Amino acid sequence: MSHQVTDANFSEEVLSSDKPVIVDFWAEWCGPCRMVGPVIDEIGEEYAEQVKVVKLDVENNPATAMKYGITSIPAIYVFKDGEVAQQTVGAKPKAALVKEFAEYLQA
Amino acid sequence: MATDSLGGLFAAGAGASINVSPASVEKPAPEADENQPVHDVIIVGSGPAGYTAAIYTARANLKPVLFASSVSPGGDLMTTTEVENFPGFVDGIQGPELMTTIGAQAERFGADIRYEDVEQLELDGDTKKVILSDGSVHLAKTVIISTGSEYRKLGIEGEQRLSGHGVSWCATCDGFFFKEKELAVVGGGDSALEEALYLTNHASKVYLVHRRDSLRGSEIMQQRVFDHEKIEVIWDSAVKTINGEDKVSSVTLTNTKTGEESELTVEGVFVAIGSDPRTALVAGKLKLTDAGTIAVDGRTSKTSIPGVFAAGDVIDPTYRQAITAAGSGCVAALDAQHYLETL
Repeated sequence: MSHQVTDANFSEEVLSSDKPVIVDFWAEWCGPCRMVGPVIDEIGEEYAEQVKVVKLDVENNPATAMKYGITSIPAIYVFKDGEVAQQTVGAKPKAALVKEFAEYLQA
Repeated sequence: MATDSLGGLFAAGAGASINVSPASVEKPAPEADENQPVHDVIIVGSGPAGYTAAIYTARANLKPVLFASSVSPGGDLMTTTEVENFPGFVDGIQGPELMTTIGAQAERFGADIRYEDVEQLELDGDTKKVILSDGSVHLAKTVIISTGSEYRKLGIEGEQRLSGHGVSWCATCDGFFFKEKELAVVGGGDSALEEALYLTNHASKVYLVHRRDSLRGSEIMQQRVFDHEKIEVIWDSAVKTINGEDKVSSVTLTNTKTGEESELTVEGVFVAIGSDPRTALVAGKLKLTDAGTIAVDGRTSKTSIPGVFAAGDVIDPTYRQAITAAGSGCVAALDAQHYLETL
């Protein structure tokens, strides 16, 4: 399972990262989040060179979700140089996510 | 387009629909390995229809293979809460638990449930080809299509732009973000009523916006909505636009009788106006009805191509309940079995 980040270390782990970071905003009670979780893990393993992949539990870390105005999960965001570079909402198959995030997954 | 059709049984949530990638650009199908088995039955879709078809075909020893999708197996019921009207459960059952149980029942008899996404179908001829998103080709003598339906969009300004920032299709996923806030639920069928009631757990106020002067949902659900102190029904009103810069701040309503416009201040909009059959995989291959569902012959599940059967919401413009989908899956299984006997 991918690395979990929190409100406390979000800045350090995500915003200050050298590599682009894919953040999976999720919660235990969200069925689609549990379905897409393993897909996000796979992308993290497969593209470990290109991107850092982390998860943020919105229930225990509401401040970050609120800061980015997130009101639907699973929300999968790409951060680059501290900014939101791309975002998508909903559980999608791996192929669809890889296509959407292609720009950040290229070797 | 029809307005509120009967919502799926307490169905809520865009996230959980059966996920099949549409074959937008038809590619020539990859070749199948010569030595690969030809299955008796492949089922595409994993809601109540697909799983029930799997139970029946498995018990008939047809060793069905069911492609359930990678991220939304179980279908729409996976994002619902309590299901109170599925026979056999006196005290109700949680939607995800119901679907997991039906899937397990199919597996008990040998159904092979795979969490993979179907990308393309080749349905002509005696041997059908099912192509997955990883490019692999699977062969079968019969195919049962039970791809369900997908949530209908309002198609108005602000809906897409503010999706994920106040506009939502899944109350159980997203209610949490609206603690002590005011919300609008759009729709008047069972799914809209279920969402409105669920959202009262979080929101301080829920406006149910409905374009008619009476609701379509079941009496018991209507009564609960009318009795709930946090829910206010706004009758005869259609949402014209969803407003807000970075997040939803209000909706503009049009009175469907007087044409008068008004603004309603809300921080969230949950859309539950019914669903459309998910037919992208079979578009141009199977005959469809005017309602957009897969056309079947009378009360059977037989589509326009021999050996291809369809079941559940994808053939049903009217009832769309978990139990009718399950019954429909049974019909498809029996039709497929009969067809195989004639080969």
